[in-house]
Amino acid sequence: MIPEIGQFSLILAFCFAIVQGTVPLVGVWRNIATLSNLAVPAARAQFVFIVLAFICLDYSFYANDFSVLYVASNSNSHLPLAYRLAALWGGHEGSMMLWVSILAVWTMAVTLFAKSLPETFRIRLISVMGMVSIGFLAFIIFTSNPFERLIPAALDGRDLNPLLQDPGMVFHPPVLYMGYVGFSVAFAFAIAALLDGRLDITWARWTRPWTTVAWVFLTLGIAFGSKWAYYELGWGGWWFWDAVENASFMPWLVGTALIHSLAVTEKRDAFKVWTVLLSICAFSLSLLGTFLVRSGVLTSVHAFATDPRRGVFILLYLVIVIGGALLLFAWRAPKVGLGEKFDVVSRESMLLTNNVVLVAAAGSVLLGTMYPLLMDALGAGKISVGPPYFDSVFVAIMAPGLFLMGLGPLAKWKKASLPEIGLRLRVAAVISLVSALLVPLIMGKLTVMTAVGVFLGIWVASTSLILLINRIKTRQAATPNFLENIKGIPLAFYGMLLAHLGIGVFILGVTLVKGFESEQDLRMEVNDVAKVGNLSFLFKGVQEIAGPNYMSSQGTFSVSSNGKEITVLKPEKRFYPVQGSVMTEADIEPGVFRDEYVSLGEPLENGAWSVRIYIKPFVQWIWAGAIIMALGGILALSDRRYRIVNKKLAKDTQDAQEVFEA
Amino acid sequence: MKARHKRFGLIAVGLILLAIAAVLITKSFRSNLVFFFTPTQVEKGEAPKSGSFRIGGLVENGSLKRLPDGLRVQFKVTDTAKTMLVEYKGILPDLFKEGKGVVAEGKLNANGLFEADQVLAKHDENYMPPEAAAALKAANDAKVKEGTK
Repeated sequence: MIPEIGQFSLILAFCFAIVQGTVPLVGVWRNIATLSNLAVPAARAQFVFIVLAFICLDYSFYANDFSVLYVASNSNSHLPLAYRLAALWGGHEGSMMLWVSILAVWTMAVTLFAKSLPETFRIRLISVMGMVSIGFLAFIIFTSNPFERLIPAALDGRDLNPLLQDPGMVFHPPVLYMGYVGFSVAFAFAIAALLDGRLDITWARWTRPWTTVAWVFLTLGIAFGSKWAYYELGWGGWWFWDAVENASFMPWLVGTALIHSLAVTEKRDAFKVWTVLLSICAFSLSLLGTFLVRSGVLTSVHAFATDPRRGVFILLYLVIVIGGALLLFAWRAPKVGLGEKFDVVSRESMLLTNNVVLVAAAGSVLLGTMYPLLMDALGAGKISVGPPYFDSVFVAIMAPGLFLMGLGPLAKWKKASLPEIGLRLRVAAVISLVSALLVPLIMGKLTVMTAVGVFLGIWVASTSLILLINRIKTRQAATPNFLENIKGIPLAFYGMLLAHLGIGVFILGVTLVKGFESEQDLRMEVNDVAKVGNLSFLFKGVQEIAGPNYMSSQGTFSVSSNGKEITVLKPEKRFYPVQGSVMTEADIEPGVFRDEYVSLGEPLENGAWSVRIYIKPFVQWIWAGAIIMALGGILALSDRRYRIVNKKLAKDTQDAQEVFEA
Repeated sequence: MKARHKRFGLIAVGLILLAIAAVLITKSFRSNLVFFFTPTQVEKGEAPKSGSFRIGGLVENGSLKRLPDGLRVQFKVTDTAKTMLVEYKGILPDLFKEGKGVVAEGKLNANGLFEADQVLAKHDENYMPPEAAAALKAANDAKVKEGTK
């Protein structure tokens, strides 16, 4: 009964989405209020029924209803409750359900928090989001129904893929999707603006917080995923340039460009067409990512066994949405206008370079990701692009951009002077150069890559701090009240500093772990000692233990430095009987300066095991950097000008303009 | 006038940098393309003699054996028409199983042994890597053709 209610709700939601996506647009076009007023109620009704469907599906997981095919294929009565609930997005149908539910959440948020927008604009915005929803709901209902019954019911389920039985499964997909799908709001904003033929400072100010929220979620989602891969896949990598990782990374790069471009549009009324184009691109890349993951064209950890019809459907949908948006762009963009002019050396030009760099980086990742698919589709044979391509090209493109990150925030709008910026940054330059030489030497070996990496990391971090000091000094000169001055600096400014600092921390982490990690694959018997770096790993043997739905061989390793035990690691090899599969669970001792990482390979003769041992210096800085970036985003969102502006805008746009300028 | 000259110069520099970047990207791209071959193609000598490439197919039942040092393993990859011997040093991925699909990346040595430095089998049990599936299909198509002759 419950699954049928879910199915029925899904169909109702589809009907409401159709109303939401079409009727209000006609209403606005023909100026018929009764029609355009349908947008909000239709969107909310859609939200209610999607949530209802979602609850029905998750209830079926909760209640172990194995007469539902999807539940039977992705869950098991022995699966712990948290994973049973998260198993909803463990397969194809449920992931789509999660996608569309999150879209409904975003749409609902727009109906609640976008009250200050002009009536017609808001209606168009909600309606465009409805259109996006139509496609995905149709996809679920016609090709991937999660409520399909299995008759006769299975006695027990086939269990969730053991790879996914991890706390990461509970957080990574929803957070990542919040980011992915969140760009649909920026996309809808852009489309509505194109339909409106008007794009001004206020437009940028409305869009900014929405885009930043999506960006924060995407940043965290990618970081969670990377961390999960690090400890779960058991080979110690944190980024593989896997096509699906790339699929989430490309929207991030373009989204980052969009955040910066929006800042220019808001403050200087420039980059207007460019901002619209980026909004369209960010969401298009999110859709492309969905296509890559869900169509089964890829060899990846994320790929499920899928049927090709689905791929064709998504491809068609992609063509309609992206093609349609770009056509509209080509037709209407000239109306929007280019915006204010600026000098060759100015904050605008530096942000433009930042945008070019980020988009070029996204382009090079896109090339490496899509080329093999294209060649395959054209029948030119199967090829793949090796990670060294991504490593070298990505670093080469990003490095100049990272250097400019230090200069940009110090440059004045409209026209800036390079010598003046140089003078202000000389301390940062000295600190960065000295650390670029010293840090690698202390760690053991100086190479070009580590020196460049450390330089850029310290440069980005130190210029951010100098920027802050400068800002406080200027304020001190006017009124010497330190506390007031610190409080007086807008939160958005602190947010930017923090996000940039996060980039610096991230770069240091990547550079040091790439440059100085040690790795060994060994055969170890009981009481063997392995020397890796300056640590000794004593293998104390393996014992059998039983988990809730698996059996495990747990090894014990005593790690010591200079004869003193610093930690005990217990990596496991788990056997999940339902799927007959084996999982490696590495054990890691995380630390600020290094991680010790041990994973068990296979049992060999005489109680010996093959063992993999890593020492990963500064690897935690990679995720710490991402979290700091996200915190920066959150801080920027809390800036009071968005709240003030949003309240005032409802009454008088001009007023708000003055509040902001002040 | 001066501002215009400056702008022109900067645009020129920008274009030159862009051109250099494009050349470097293409170069790096070409040198990192990894081509895929089926065991049948390798047998015919179509695969590169030096340089990395990928192979794919099924791990032949009963072919997995561990060499005395405990870390190196050998197994046979088959596309049901031809098989080839693969050697790998290191820990095999969890979902590596005899009779299941596999993709390996590496080089042929002088004796015709495929020395893999990467073995990909990280999927759920229903999932067949597209490369492995393609290898099986190619071999099967060839057999069907053979039969109709």
